[in-house]
Amino acid sequence: MTAPLNPRNAVVIAVLALLALLPVYCALAGNTFLLSLFTRIVILALAAVSLNLMMGFGGMVSFGHAVYLGIGGYVVGILAKEGVGSGFVQWPLALAVCGVFALAVGVLSLRTRGVYFIMITLAFAQMAYYVAGGLERYGGDDGLTINKRSAFGGAIDLANRTQFYYLCLALLLATVYLVWRLVNSRFGLVIQGVRSNERRMRAIGFPILRYKLVCFVISGVICGLAGVLLANHTHFISPAIMHWTRSGDLIVMAVLGGMGSVAGPVIGAVALLVLEEALSRVTEYWPIILGPLILLVVLYARGGIDAILARLGRG
Amino acid sequence: MLYFIEQCLNGVQLGMLLFLLAAGLTLVFGIMDLVNLAHGSLYMVGAYFAATFAALTGSFVAGAALALVATLVVGMAVEVIAIRRLYGRDHLDHVLGTFGLILFFNELVRLIWGPAGMTLPLPAEMLTAVQVLPGIYYPAYRLVIILTTLAVAVLLYLLVMRTRIGMLIRAGASNREMVGALGINIKLLYTLVFGLGAALAGFAGLMQAPILTVQIGMGENILILAFVVIIIGGVGSIRGALVAAIFVGLVDTIGRAFLPDLLRAFLSDNAASTLGSSLSSMMIYMLMAAVLVVRPEGLFPASGR
Amino acid sequence: MAEPLLRVERLTKRFGGVVASDDITLDVEPCELHAIIGPNGAGKTTLIGQLAGEIAPDAGCIRFDGHEITALRTDRRSARGLARSFQVTSLFLDFTALDNVALAVQAHAGHSFLFWRDARGDPALRDPARAALARVGLGARADMVVSEMSHGEHRLLELAMALATGPRLLLLDEPMAGLGPEESARVVTLLRTLKQEVAILLIEHDMEAVFALADRITVLFYGRIIASGPPDAIRRDAEVRKAYLGGQATGSRDG
Repeated sequence: MTAPLNPRNAVVIAVLALLALLPVYCALAGNTFLLSLFTRIVILALAAVSLNLMMGFGGMVSFGHAVYLGIGGYVVGILAKEGVGSGFVQWPLALAVCGVFALAVGVLSLRTRGVYFIMITLAFAQMAYYVAGGLERYGGDDGLTINKRSAFGGAIDLANRTQFYYLCLALLLATVYLVWRLVNSRFGLVIQGVRSNERRMRAIGFPILRYKLVCFVISGVICGLAGVLLANHTHFISPAIMHWTRSGDLIVMAVLGGMGSVAGPVIGAVALLVLEEALSRVTEYWPIILGPLILLVVLYARGGIDAILARLGRG
Repeated sequence: MLYFIEQCLNGVQLGMLLFLLAAGLTLVFGIMDLVNLAHGSLYMVGAYFAATFAALTGSFVAGAALALVATLVVGMAVEVIAIRRLYGRDHLDHVLGTFGLILFFNELVRLIWGPAGMTLPLPAEMLTAVQVLPGIYYPAYRLVIILTTLAVAVLLYLLVMRTRIGMLIRAGASNREMVGALGINIKLLYTLVFGLGAALAGFAGLMQAPILTVQIGMGENILILAFVVIIIGGVGSIRGALVAAIFVGLVDTIGRAFLPDLLRAFLSDNAASTLGSSLSSMMIYMLMAAVLVVRPEGLFPASGR
Repeated sequence: MAEPLLRVERLTKRFGGVVASDDITLDVEPCELHAIIGPNGAGKTTLIGQLAGEIAPDAGCIRFDGHEITALRTDRRSARGLARSFQVTSLFLDFTALDNVALAVQAHAGHSFLFWRDARGDPALRDPARAALARVGLGARADMVVSEMSHGEHRLLELAMALATGPRLLLLDEPMAGLGPEESARVVTLLRTLKQEVAILLIEHDMEAVFALADRITVLFYGRIIASGPPDAIRRDAEVRKAYLGGQATGSRDG
């Protein structure tokens, strides 16, 4: 990642600047809606980055990644309802549960590849979706309201929208940096090698299943963090967040931004969600436009915005 | 006991519907190597067309026939406009591209027919119960579903195994270039296969419409079950789809019917019904997971069609 | 005499009605180059597949360095010193040649659960990789993306990757396929020096190279061994001539 000021890096920097300065603008303009929208964007960008670690770099396409948004959120919600409001308990526990779930699903799913892997991850997500729907005590299908955000003593007040936004942004940036380091480490090269040519990896002596599994778990845990943040943001958690169409959204974000880079999904999340917001103001039937748009991106802009910008930079 | 037999018949009926869906899906996947998530949308479109045409013509059968034709046309149009550009690409591209189509279709249906669902009423005779075995009565219409889908299964078998076009279909699956080189119009063949799959999906949609539902998004829920069926049965295998579909239909129906009662022996009433409904929803997926772990290529991998 | 490094006993593999490997027994001594020749379809690549662990034999056993490895996974065999090059090039196409070979080095440099440091800047991986590349003559191409390299360079890269794993036995599946005369000569020279360090099981069609390098030659014909012995004996063997060499000019090259 050498950084001359080509169009692609310029866009990344511009987006980061936009995200960093947004609350200042919102405070001055008195616009809380925009802040709320972008908090959501930042959180889902985090989820998309976590998916792309596994999908873009590891070649493991999961259609059930949104399940971790749900698990993270439900742990927070359930604990909150049972009287445990401390973030110091909720958050680590949420991440741990996500890790365990990812480990279990990974052990079973990673024996498969391609479309079978897609279907089995989808199936596990559906299972969680139904289990959550059956939790009568915690709202069942209607979902669970979370009255208070996670408490962190004096350290930070999540109820303060601006503080919460900057926390989410900081976590996103930290994650992007950590994933970047990870992708270029020995572990990351193994994962990329597996994506590139699994047969070759075995031939040179890598026991690939364990590496895929660890990658799968890391992805799931990071997405669980996004789930924790999302539940705090919306004060709500329901099975709907785990529906496979939500997982589809995450995949779209990653592909739209560009699966080949760590920051790509961030661009993709911003682009997709801003586009959705804009389209929904034009017509209430905006998926009619978004659907074919996704198809067009898949057909003609497969490398995502990243690739388009890279081409601009060269030509 | 009567209840058990009734549930078994319900399971078979669900299984046959799943077979219709799965057959189309597995044909397209097996022959064009295309994962079509929008298959459920064609199922939905079939149901909506049937409800509309039945209301227009006043006849269930006429409505059904028109809906079938309409779904076939829509299917082929979708193949020509969108689907054929996806052939040969990564499965992720298929999944994403057809995901976009789902969004499109759901919204299009909402635009044309509105957000509230529709109903498709049955002619009076279909609603009566028919004596299947001494002492066992079963709704006539559900019987019709089982019998007609069985007939379709037989026709499909004959088509694929005994006709020239079926031979082309099977040949096209094993060697595309060769079939093309023989002067067969592969593009047309694929369009027809896709259309056939769409018709099967639409048929399933319109058949279930009177007893289940006609609403937006109905395709997505059942689509996953159809995928479970083809994974258990073996991708590309119609025979596998039939066996797996009936199996899945039975497991799901009997599970839902008896699991809560079974659990009541061990748990409180409340816990039993909660756990029971969650578990029975999950059972099919656990079954698929088990098959994938033990025998990833499915029960009848596609050497036989 | 000590047990050979590789011992294959009565290896059999059937695919439906076809017997790809028919009761094959052979061995490879340390620091020997044992060549396998035979017409296309003789089952040579299937043999390599079974030795490498990708194909499970129906019967027979494989012993490497005194241990039975018949049921051992591919990556575990590589860990024990069995390296393999592919007949149809199998590389990491979007990466540079150096990245490719460095990964092979990395596979044998302990575990890779290291998440922080930049692996491309690690001399413990990069230096041996460069050395392996230099050895096959690709030193200048180290930073080239593999998809942009020529077929001949791909074959050499296959060799470099096999070497980089520090093997005791090399299973080479037609390493010279598609190489021009200059590159072929380079490979022959390389193999000649290599066989003093590692054992080599070589599958090749290039008869000049085979007869120049091999200490022993085994001839496969439709899955069966029809002759095995020193090059001179094979050259004179009537069966072999009839089945394979007969009527053909020696030194056949692909392409």
